[in-house]
Amino acid sequence: MDNAHLLLAVSGTLFTLGLVGVIVRRNLLVMLMFLELMLNGVLLSLAVFTQLLGVEAGAVLMLLVFTVAAAEIAIAVPILLLLVRAGHTLDPGAYGGLKG
Amino acid sequence: MIETVFLMIFSFGALIGAVAMFFLRHPMRVALALIGTMLSLAAIYAELGLHVIAVFQVLIYVGAVMVFMIYAIMLLDVRDRSFTERFSSLLVAGLAGLLLLLGVLVDGLLRAEPIAAAPVTEDVFRIGAFAIVFMDEFWVYFALAAVLLLVAEIAASAVIDVRRRGADAAASGKERGRG
Repeated sequence: MDNAHLLLAVSGTLFTLGLVGVIVRRNLLVMLMFLELMLNGVLLSLAVFTQLLGVEAGAVLMLLVFTVAAAEIAIAVPILLLLVRAGHTLDPGAYGGLKG
Repeated sequence: MIETVFLMIFSFGALIGAVAMFFLRHPMRVALALIGTMLSLAAIYAELGLHVIAVFQVLIYVGAVMVFMIYAIMLLDVRDRSFTERFSSLLVAGLAGLLLLLGVLVDGLLRAEPIAAAPVTEDVFRIGAFAIVFMDEFWVYFALAAVLLLVAEIAASAVIDVRRRGADAAASGKERGRG
């Protein structure tokens, strides 16, 4: 197995662990962290292909994804705190009454 | 050879952090495990020669996103049920999905053929060369990202304002009840 395959395997494993973590964990904040783990897995594969192809556009795309992730957290965390204020728990099961 | 050894060490570190996130109970420890994974990924980016990305991984993810999350954890009540019970009722289904996805991944790797890398100019991803290309060709995307961050900041302020109004309404309701 060469380096690219090794890193792509790590990337796929990180994404899989993140996806399963979102499904099985009970705390909304921890689920948000697993979402970040999924995003990091995707970014690793993007980094591998950027380095293999030698194009700057891949690195620019990664930079923009970093920005989007920061914006996502800046909105998600206040919404979570708002939810906790309303429901007094971070258990997603307690918010089954929300119908979109 | 030494490059491969370093990549394997940091890959192992990233995976250890991700697996630890599953088994740690308190969100603060989960956050620290995620920070370990992110730092290992930054080391991998640096090893790949993507120095700009490695720097931004540490600055943006570890320095901004995770610090913000740790502040949020510090605001929460540790007696919450979700802090003491780790897993939801979907644990078995989630583990079955994990095994299935890992099986697909291993199968894909076993069938994979060697990837032919394109010849890369030495200084493409160095900070100076990258900065010139970035501000020369991609400045529109940079401006759009700045607008996105501004919108996110306004949205976060709006959410906080909703909280403040709710708190004020509750306080005035209590005062009315006493009167």
